[in-house]
Amino acid sequence: MADEILLQAQDLTKYFPVTKGLVLQKTVGWVQAVDHVNFSIPKGKTLSLVGESGCGKTTTAKLILRLEQPTTGQVTLEGQDVHTIDGDELKKYHTDVSAVFQDPWSSLSPRMRVRDIISEALIVNQKVTKVEAYERVDLLLEQVGLRTQQATLYPHEFSGGQRQRLALASALVGNPKLIVLDEPVSALDVSIQAQIMNLLKELQDSYDVGYLLVAHNLATVRYLAHEVAVMYLGEIVEQAETNELYDNTLHPYTKALFSAALTANPDSQREEIILRGEVPSPINPPSGCRFHQRCPYVMDVCSQEIPVRKEMAPGHFVNCHLY
Amino acid sequence: MATEGNVLELPKESSWYSPSKLKHYIGVAIKDYPVLWLTILFVVLIFPALTAPWTAPHDPLKQELSKRLTAPVWSTGSEDKPPSWSNIFGTDKQGRDILSRVMHGSRISLMVSLSALAIGGTLGTTLGLVSGYFGGWVDHLIMRIVDVFLSLPLILMALVIVAVFGPSFWTAIGVISVLLWSRYARQIRAEVLAIKQMDFIARARVSGASNTRIIIKHVFPNITNTLIVLATLQVGTVILLEATLSFLGAGIPRPNPAWGVMVADGRDHIASAWWIAVMPGIAIMLTVLSMNMMGDWLRDKLDPKLRQV
Amino acid sequence: MTTSSEVYKEPEKKIGNVVLEVRDLRTYLYTKWGVTKAVDGLNFEVREGETLGIVGESGCGKSMTALSMLRLAPKPAARTVSGQIILDGEDILQRPEPEMRFIRGQKISMILQDPMTSLNPVYSIGNQMVEALGMYYQGEDNKGLKGRAVDILRKMGVAAPERRIIDYPHQMSGGMKQRVVGAMAISGTPRVLICDEPTTALDVTIQAQYLRLLKQVQADTGVSIIFITHDMGVVAKMCDRVAVMYAGKIVEQGELRSVFNNPSHPYTKALMASVPSMEHAHVEKLYSIEGQPPALFDLPVGCRFANRCEFADAKCLEAYPPMFQDEDGHTADCWRLEGQWKKVAEATT
Repeated sequence: MADEILLQAQDLTKYFPVTKGLVLQKTVGWVQAVDHVNFSIPKGKTLSLVGESGCGKTTTAKLILRLEQPTTGQVTLEGQDVHTIDGDELKKYHTDVSAVFQDPWSSLSPRMRVRDIISEALIVNQKVTKVEAYERVDLLLEQVGLRTQQATLYPHEFSGGQRQRLALASALVGNPKLIVLDEPVSALDVSIQAQIMNLLKELQDSYDVGYLLVAHNLATVRYLAHEVAVMYLGEIVEQAETNELYDNTLHPYTKALFSAALTANPDSQREEIILRGEVPSPINPPSGCRFHQRCPYVMDVCSQEIPVRKEMAPGHFVNCHLY
Repeated sequence: MATEGNVLELPKESSWYSPSKLKHYIGVAIKDYPVLWLTILFVVLIFPALTAPWTAPHDPLKQELSKRLTAPVWSTGSEDKPPSWSNIFGTDKQGRDILSRVMHGSRISLMVSLSALAIGGTLGTTLGLVSGYFGGWVDHLIMRIVDVFLSLPLILMALVIVAVFGPSFWTAIGVISVLLWSRYARQIRAEVLAIKQMDFIARARVSGASNTRIIIKHVFPNITNTLIVLATLQVGTVILLEATLSFLGAGIPRPNPAWGVMVADGRDHIASAWWIAVMPGIAIMLTVLSMNMMGDWLRDKLDPKLRQV
Repeated sequence: MTTSSEVYKEPEKKIGNVVLEVRDLRTYLYTKWGVTKAVDGLNFEVREGETLGIVGESGCGKSMTALSMLRLAPKPAARTVSGQIILDGEDILQRPEPEMRFIRGQKISMILQDPMTSLNPVYSIGNQMVEALGMYYQGEDNKGLKGRAVDILRKMGVAAPERRIIDYPHQMSGGMKQRVVGAMAISGTPRVLICDEPTTALDVTIQAQYLRLLKQVQADTGVSIIFITHDMGVVAKMCDRVAVMYAGKIVEQGELRSVFNNPSHPYTKALMASVPSMEHAHVEKLYSIEGQPPALFDLPVGCRFANRCEFADAKCLEAYPPMFQDEDGHTADCWRLEGQWKKVAEATT
């Protein structure tokens, strides 16, 4: 299936300077948060970035949302570099791309009414009257399972799950093409998580919106994503269509990560690979393959050469010397 | 398996945190409800400030030498000048009525503190918002200026400024505002730094909101509680500062009946005519105390972190 | 030291006699909204070397249960109004407060979710451990205590503990800090270790390391673990028995496999169904429980799950169900089991 590409990240890199000194600040090193990352999201599909804390998945999301400027590389939305646009094109970008954040308690302005929070992207970017904007708010509130009478309330009058519904409504207000979901359900209770995940799927179908899902829960990802990219220390180490990846993990890190994830099945006979040690510092990442110090299948070549990306099956890419 | 749990302590009605009702109500009146402090503020500061020209028994500036140094009505007084209901708080050495002067003094105190708060507060809040929100060199610059102002010896500075511009009502307000803004700037900046990290700011930026819009719509409404508390607590400080300046002759010029001036005038007669200094002194003390109590109460009420359970 | 990882084998389990027995425990919070029944008549027991999982969503009272067992529920709002906590045959709710200080740590100990709040940022971890150990080994000198601290840290899988002991909490990663917290919790050789979401703040691979460590410690010392969590995956991995909590009550309890393979309370069933699986592809919509749990200060008279339950009928709304039990000791509070399972206790509300 040849999907139309919505968003593309090419060679995307973000280094943060590590400074030292009080008065004359000197850069003594770089945190290699995101390092030469490539991926694309087709229209109306979900790509998920998975990995552990510090792997660069959140920084990647911020780069796409223009909350950070890339060190090198670019992000293009329908062919346009999102970091160089301005004026009307920038306004269009701000309605085309929106976000839902992890913590529903800090992601809504506490002193604004719900309808003003939800309609903000419209008011800021388009010439609409308040009446028109509020009409849209009413429609969206119903779509995310809330009542239109709740439009004049303040966020603190809602529960966590309801607030995440509000966040979704506000993300949808400009008919976006892409929503960046940064751990959208991990702060919610189990029984509420399912509600929000189902809602996310429904909304994707009715709006044909693409999702970039940043998550650490592999079960959530399997349920929501069409394609998954596994990140380790700022790099994508493996990428494939969701079911292909879950059924056939190739990279040793992916294997370990997937084996460590627990399933709610006491009779599960999956072997468990426990990695030694912890993720190394991204300030001076290991040479060669960044995983080689913890890898159970390490070879001599791993510490010397950076593995190149190989396509093992159609659409299944892996960066590892084993293959 | 149904076991009768052995009852440890059955809770009684809702007054679980106070053993006796009377003590409870006194506690509530002082701590939970600012009724007491509001009453004092109203009697000492607000009511006289608003109505002194009509309710004060005498003209605060009118000298009646025949009545000079009359004692307050409740004291025994001396043979030749018996206390009279005409001058309840007594008179000073020029025979001016102390009660009327204290009442008019509250006008000055209120005017000075509100004006200084308005000027210093606005300036400090704006700079604090800018400094905290934008960070970088702007923040560095503003904060270094704040550091300089916070390390200046306040009173000395004030005396120098007054020496240059001469004492007047507006110089006093100016001096106090200049001293006030730095505290606001620092406090607000700290608050903004915390708010800036919140996801709703990121959400607003993703929506394409401009910096101005974010500051006005998203940041500012979240610091208003701090502003209110800060202002209430600062009124006390400002009144004290104004009194100090006036006492030193660097504040409100004579013969205006500022409380500080009155205390200064009374200090020569403290042994023979204590009321001249003590009456305005009590007014200062009550105002500052009740303002601080109000501030504490507001902080408890408005701080969402303390509002739980 | 090898740098490679390995395939992990489970340590052997030995389960002994009942160590801790909780009977009709009730801890209420007196708030301005009314009486919040956070823990409302709990009954459970833990055997030596056994792990009991308490699962539930936020606000179901599971953390308050943990605090009540240590008599640390926040005063004055919270009060344990009734119940017995029988540890080695003695009701610790009847002990005077000063004695509790020795019971905490040496008899019952606790690991909290956030390692940052459990460690004092201004003392090195060595200092903090020596101080804790000093309470248990009175009269022993600093050097001896330090040696013990090093031993315990090694037991908790801290590499080169002689060097790490001078570190401050901020110099350690989250996983390492949680190991130190764990080391401090087991330093008094407690009989019961309460773990309140100890791995929620950790990454999955670090969580796997930590859970493995807890199992090893349990195998070595025979400590009983009460594992409080909202994660069904962690329960499946760690626990021998499970108690499912909803709105202040245990609604279902039994052997791990019995509860997971045959969930008998509609809430447990729904909870299991609403967790997506990572083992197979999803074709259907995920089951989701609509609505919210009731507020603990405004509980319904009947079954507390009735308003979200798809099987609820008039009876469920009228009265809280009694406890039913099957042959294997698997219990559940649900009217639908009437006639199928044996009634073992009347409704407790």
